[in-house]
Amino acid sequence: MTNSFGEFDRAKMFFVIGSNMTEAHPVASTFLKNAVKNGAKLIVADPRKHKLVNYADLHLRLKVGSDIALLNALMNVIIEEKLFDPAFVSENTEGFEALSEEVSRATPEAMAPICGIDAETIREAARMLASVSPAMLCYTLGITEHTCGKNNVMTVANLQMLLGNMGVECGGVNPLRGQNNVQGACDMGALPGIFHGYQKVGDPAARKKFEEAWGVTDLPEKPGLMMPEMMEGLEDKKVRAFWIFGENLANTEPDIHKVEHELASAEFLICQDIFLNETTKFAHVVLPAAAWSENDGTFTNSERRVSRVRTASTPPGVAKPNWWIFKEIAKRFGHEWPANSAQEIWDDEVAALAPNFKGITYDRIENDGLQWPCPSTDHPGTVFLHKGGQFTHGKGVFNITNWTPPAEIADAEYPLVLSTGRRLYHYHTRTQTGRCEGLNDLLGEETCDISPTDARRLGIQPQETVRVSSRRGTVEVTARITPEIPEGMVWMAFHFRETNANWLTNAAYDPETLTAEYKACAVKVEKM
Amino acid sequence: MSDGTISINGKAYPFKPDQTILEVATEAGISIPTLCHLKGTTPTGACRLCVVEVKGARNLLTSCSTPAASGMEVNTDSPAVTQSRKMTLELLLSSGNHDCLNEGSGTDTKVLFDARAEIDGHSDHLCPSWGECKLQEYALAYGATGTKYPRAKPAYPPEVNNPLIIRDFSRCILCGRCVQACNEVQVNEAISYGYRGSESKIVALGDLPLFQSACVFCGECVQACPTGALVDKKSKGKWRPWDVETIRTTCPYCGVGCQQSLHVKDGRIVKVTGVEEGLPNKGRLCVKGRFGYDFIYSDERLTTPLIRENGELREASWDEALDLVADKLKEIIGESGPDALAGVSCARSINEDSYQMQKLFRGVFKTNNIDHCART
Ligand code: SF4
Ligand code: SF4
Ligand code: SF4
Ligand code: FES
Repeated sequence: MTNSFGEFDRAKMFFVIGSNMTEAHPVASTFLKNAVKNGAKLIVADPRKHKLVNYADLHLRLKVGSDIALLNALMNVIIEEKLFDPAFVSENTEGFEALSEEVSRATPEAMAPICGIDAETIREAARMLASVSPAMLCYTLGITEHTCGKNNVMTVANLQMLLGNMGVECGGVNPLRGQNNVQGACDMGALPGIFHGYQKVGDPAARKKFEEAWGVTDLPEKPGLMMPEMMEGLEDKKVRAFWIFGENLANTEPDIHKVEHELASAEFLICQDIFLNETTKFAHVVLPAAAWSENDGTFTNSERRVSRVRTASTPPGVAKPNWWIFKEIAKRFGHEWPANSAQEIWDDEVAALAPNFKGITYDRIENDGLQWPCPSTDHPGTVFLHKGGQFTHGKGVFNITNWTPPAEIADAEYPLVLSTGRRLYHYHTRTQTGRCEGLNDLLGEETCDISPTDARRLGIQPQETVRVSSRRGTVEVTARITPEIPEGMVWMAFHFRETNANWLTNAAYDPETLTAEYKACAVKVEKM
Repeated sequence: MSDGTISINGKAYPFKPDQTILEVATEAGISIPTLCHLKGTTPTGACRLCVVEVKGARNLLTSCSTPAASGMEVNTDSPAVTQSRKMTLELLLSSGNHDCLNEGSGTDTKVLFDARAEIDGHSDHLCPSWGECKLQEYALAYGATGTKYPRAKPAYPPEVNNPLIIRDFSRCILCGRCVQACNEVQVNEAISYGYRGSESKIVALGDLPLFQSACVFCGECVQACPTGALVDKKSKGKWRPWDVETIRTTCPYCGVGCQQSLHVKDGRIVKVTGVEEGLPNKGRLCVKGRFGYDFIYSDERLTTPLIRENGELREASWDEALDLVADKLKEIIGESGPDALAGVSCARSINEDSYQMQKLFRGVFKTNNIDHCART
């Protein structure tokens, strides 16, 4: 997020796109609802009529995967009617001419059939959005989990730059991160092309710095494989050993049949986890780890805030902290790592070796955490980025994007679009929430959420078990008939094994980020 | 005296427009007892415990809902105030099943509790909020005993069939904090005041049990309830306030990163609440953050390293497992180079773990084949 949760309840305008916040980020949504109660305006763009829509001034019920068409049409109106921020655009951005030329073709009339929203509503939305400045734009995986995910993200940024909503309090582009520490895992360099703190492996100076700090030579300069490439590498034996730390890939990745085939092909699979799960079935070695409250450490939330995690109980049996396991393997390769606690790792290495984290030390985050960038120990942390329109690399660049359809679209054989996500009462594959008293009582099974119109057409009764199939698999699941879902679409989550949406999802990826298209694939629903 | 200050107990204090007497007093470090007031929400004036004497006013005024005004002279502690508060407390105590006070046995809730548990033989049925109940705390402070008026018969049986939350209407003082928490803080809009007079009750839509209503089990109401009327089912009876320590930590679920207080007894988490004022969540939690902690105690946890042998996983020591991993990885690096290794880190675990894993892959194995599910 460029901005912070603390700004939510003061903001005056929100544009929420592809984010079912009340279920996926419940507490964030409470601050947003507080703002709405205080008079803020809210535009929600989402195929589903989820709970936040009850608070919206306008619901743009776009078709799955048509985000770029909608966003470009909004920009078309904003430029056409001169509703943008000319000062911000001229002083702080580059590429406005190219953008206007491109979106001049994306008229509301031209985009209306693609996104399923009539031209007048698109105009109304553009005017409403531009009427209040600044506006906070929030999105979640509805934007990124598409084959055009990266383009979606750039288009969202284009819109906010055009409106001059960047670098200001209560504005910005705000991706709410799905998992508690997905921000932190990125920040820590668990990515193929960067060391921690976003220092590039291709940069000789960065490599030199880490070679000196770690006492090693020849750090590799070529960016490594991304996860889907690793999995494919298992099959063609380019990857012979695969170490899975804390992920249940056999349930979370698209197309479970394909994933399990890949995992089964692994010559040597190491799983480091807190439970046996569907993925450990394929493991050659399983390493038992300390869980959440059995560790001292830090998490970094969506707003870049590094907060403490503390030990409240001891791990079961001989389970050990994950950092200890990695250190022990390093030792067996002849490397003695000095740090012997999470605090030493953070203070002596993470903070010391990355300018963004330099000012964050454990003694400063005893209570509230600090938000990076935090370059020195007297720096208060950064609540919102790009202050005064100063972008990391000079000016903000408008990147031109064009709408492209999802990789698999509904057809005669598979006439419905399946979109997927998380539900309130569970988390991912339920390895944790499924073992918490009470949560299974609140949600004990998966459902296939379907519109009343489609249910009627198919003769499906409430709570009836139906068969949902895609080109990749079939599940039998209870139908939940609800007006939340538009005609032509069904929606499922991946919390339960047998009825996991990932038996059906399509392993098609954004060409650059390799994010899978969890949000759209073609299915059919049949009575049993 | 009309110089932009308010006088409280004889001392002048500046105040900001729209501040209430309670807010000015709190800022000045003067404590006024409150029951119904929930910070950040519209004052309801329901309990009248926060009354103060204001010079020139005919009646005592509720400080939580009375704006501070220039030249106002306030006494937070006059005999009339104390008298009124004690009376309020007596009335509240007699309105329901508030049997936690014994005349003349001091004000230490643990001592009181132990004495009662001894008389009754067991402590299970004693109020689950004993020792952390605001009503009990103030009753003890003001010497109210709950014996002055006859105790009212409960109008409604407790609601015990919900997951996670017990509603014991016999201990509800109708302060309305839960209603404020649900509607103004979390904006879940699941509960409201229902019925009238002695039938009054906090109801979920149409007076249904919570699990059949719009309630999303965030538990904000439980955290807001000053008495034993709303109880965390999972932790009921597992602890008393004097035998827990509180540890601040960060929620392990979504990317909001809510700050939690873990209430820990003998090395075991018995309850989770939001850290009031803590950033980013300012005390709020959702159902997963508040109630999703006990997976760590599952007896299905992995307790020892496992090695696959003849198709089955068998138990192994750390040395055996780590040696096997190291040897196998060395062998593969030797034969096929470091890029034949790949790893994914965990987006749920702490930063320090991800840092170590990428350091291992880059600095020790010499491959950049390290990733995590950054995209889900
Ligand atoms: S648990 Fe949450 S949603 Fe349910 S009544 Fe309480 S505050 Fe409202
Ligand atoms: S349930 Fe608790 S918070 Fe709600 S009105 Fe009753 S005493 Fe007050
Ligand atoms: S309490 Fe709920 S909203 Fe807050 S971090 Fe945890 S899962 Fe997210
Ligand atoms: S706290 Fe002021 S009336 Fe209850």
